[in-house]
Amino acid sequence: MDLAFTAEEQKFADEVRAFVKANLPADVRDKVKNGKHLGRDDYMRWQQALGKKGWLVYTWPKKYGGPGFTPAQRYIFENVCAEEYAPGIIPFGTKMVGPVIYTFGSEEQKQKYLPAIRESTVWWCQGYSEPGSGSDLASLRTKAEKQGDHYIVNGSKTWNTMGHWADWIFCLVRTDSKAKPQEGISFLLIDMKTPGITVKPIIMADGGHEVNEVFFDNVKVPVANLVGKENEGWTCAKFLLANERLGIAAVPQSKRGVEALKDIARAEQDNGKPLIENPGFAEKIADLEIQVTALEFTELRVLSQMAQGGQPGPEVSGLKIRGSEIQQRITELTMEAVGEYAAPYLPGLLWHGSNEEPVGPEYAHLAAPRYFNTRKTTIYGGSNEIQKGIISKMVLGL
Amino acid sequence: MDLSLSDEQKQLQDAAERFVRDKYAFENRRKIAATEKGWLPENWAQMAELGWLGMSFKEEDGGYGGGPIETMIVMEQFGKGLVLEPFLPTVVLGGGMIAAVGSAAQKEALLAPMIEGKKQFAFAWLERQSRYNLADVSLKATKEGSGWSLSGHKGVVYNAASADQIIVLARTAGSAREEKGLTLFVVDGNAKGLSRRDYPTQDSLRASELTFDKVSVGADAVLGTVDGAFPVAEDAVDRAIVALCAEATGCMDAVNAATLEYIKTRKQFGVPIGKFQVLQHRMVDCFTNAQEARSMTLMASLKIEDKDPVVRHKAASGAKVQIGKSGKFCGQSAVQMHGGMGVTDELSVSHYFKRLTMIDLMFGTQQHHLTRYSNLAMAA
Repeated sequence: MDLAFTAEEQKFADEVRAFVKANLPADVRDKVKNGKHLGRDDYMRWQQALGKKGWLVYTWPKKYGGPGFTPAQRYIFENVCAEEYAPGIIPFGTKMVGPVIYTFGSEEQKQKYLPAIRESTVWWCQGYSEPGSGSDLASLRTKAEKQGDHYIVNGSKTWNTMGHWADWIFCLVRTDSKAKPQEGISFLLIDMKTPGITVKPIIMADGGHEVNEVFFDNVKVPVANLVGKENEGWTCAKFLLANERLGIAAVPQSKRGVEALKDIARAEQDNGKPLIENPGFAEKIADLEIQVTALEFTELRVLSQMAQGGQPGPEVSGLKIRGSEIQQRITELTMEAVGEYAAPYLPGLLWHGSNEEPVGPEYAHLAAPRYFNTRKTTIYGGSNEIQKGIISKMVLGL
Repeated sequence: MDLSLSDEQKQLQDAAERFVRDKYAFENRRKIAATEKGWLPENWAQMAELGWLGMSFKEEDGGYGGGPIETMIVMEQFGKGLVLEPFLPTVVLGGGMIAAVGSAAQKEALLAPMIEGKKQFAFAWLERQSRYNLADVSLKATKEGSGWSLSGHKGVVYNAASADQIIVLARTAGSAREEKGLTLFVVDGNAKGLSRRDYPTQDSLRASELTFDKVSVGADAVLGTVDGAFPVAEDAVDRAIVALCAEATGCMDAVNAATLEYIKTRKQFGVPIGKFQVLQHRMVDCFTNAQEARSMTLMASLKIEDKDPVVRHKAASGAKVQIGKSGKFCGQSAVQMHGGMGVTDELSVSHYFKRLTMIDLMFGTQQHHLTRYSNLAMAA
């Protein structure tokens, strides 16, 4: 057992840092650093640069065009990217549908879809939750009926992140309504340009548009777009959710968040001194940093297990629980640090890239929207209540 | 001892409940928030007509002889409806300070028309560096002939754009953060040299950044005594805190009721999600939190006019700590139990959550008031 990185790993870290410095567009870096919202093109420019290098799908095995990183390399890659203010990689293609396709898809599907995911020329989105099916995902009702060599899809999906930017959507659909809930589900790939698809924005508490409802009205989908076997989509769904839960811990982002919080606490005044010198507040930051460290070492232990050839198991749920709570705590303390200056709401500056001057420091007007928005982290990808249910059942045998 | 409301107080509660029901259906509130002022003059006129703007002031000041309990009663209902009219800055803060230390002439010129609904106020105390220290004031007022000249900056001043007069906490002597040497001035909202940057707030109220560039006022603009404003401002803020606590209890009741209804009706896994013990316990904790908040608000409302300043300050800070804690728990739990729907703009839940969040940040967070309470309690 050795915590220190080897000379080779150090060299790899230098290589990643040099690559990010040379290839991350300066305007995108600034937006990430200042907590601004990114556009589709901002993500695409960075992801395509990574794609050219072969690093975009850094979790994929070599066989499917991934770089074949060791767990240590993955960890280094994620941390260096976060430290250099690279935007988070959009997971829908790279971490969700891509691995589903190379694990369950046909040879033809691998040929057709994987290169565009590796190179980020196609934007994917997710069609899982429905208005009536949130935590109880298996109760989903969007129907796909086979007619000749097509499925006819009818229904709606919700909490669809960034679907208004997407070229394709992967969907869980019901292909057998008589079977047990989990047994009549299939995994379908659908071109967003297909007639009959409508995307309707959902405005969130912070005033932003990030998620949508997607409606399917007699949408014709070739049978060739079915991944895995008909009525066995739940296997793909579970596999994908386990992968989603791993990324959700967001350790590098939280480490960056704690540093940003410290910077704010150094800049903010409290009785004529920097706020960071207020013992009560300093202890809250210290407590948070300890929580992040515990999370980081839990993730390292999982990565180390995976290095021995294992897939992430139910214990990954624990990472999601703590990771999401920590993300929320960072935004909570940031707002506390900003104080009354969290109140001004500047939608133009926040959402429409206007040149309006912020009220107070730049970080202040982002504090409350971030706090509101980050409430979603304990809800999405299976709420924390569901995660605890999984651990109590699968790990503790209760 | 009797902690029940009098018949008159019950009538006031009924009237306030009716007002919220009639005027503040959630979609209606959204429309009011989107108007130019962000509140409705007809609602303000109705509040004046119902006597709410004068109810907590003494009869000799033109009021109706009520006090903090009457304020508590209406503020709680305002919290249930997320009412947007500027009752807190105008009546509790502005009116409260004028009633406390205003001259007879000031009461006649300012308080009387305020009670009739014809004047509104704002209180400018915060500065960029001051956080929650009321004495951390650098906006300067210097002698100019028989009057004064004000220069400096004030931030996040609620209702400044609608205020006929702004009550400004300024430094007339002493150094930064010294409690002595502060003076309150009544400045016309359209005074020469005063410029504003207006904006909406996260919780759909209106506030402004104010820049004072040699704003001239007469000697009669001084509210209270020169250099002696700190305790006046401190008491005014304490009264505002207690009023905010009442508003927060209303928010908590409303958001708890919405969440309870939701978990009884939302089905997953074939049953209402309220059948799951993990949500049942959380819901129980929400109700317990709201009860504690209500108790502390009542305690503070009863003690806020105590003769002993330590009793008053401890009451306000103690209640604010409780409201910060309970408000966060109820707000966060409501969002969590509503799932994704809880973070949408569409449902009222997120709006209660935002208001509860902002109430914690106003006039001092839970942490700030815990420190203040601890200092007061240990010194006593």
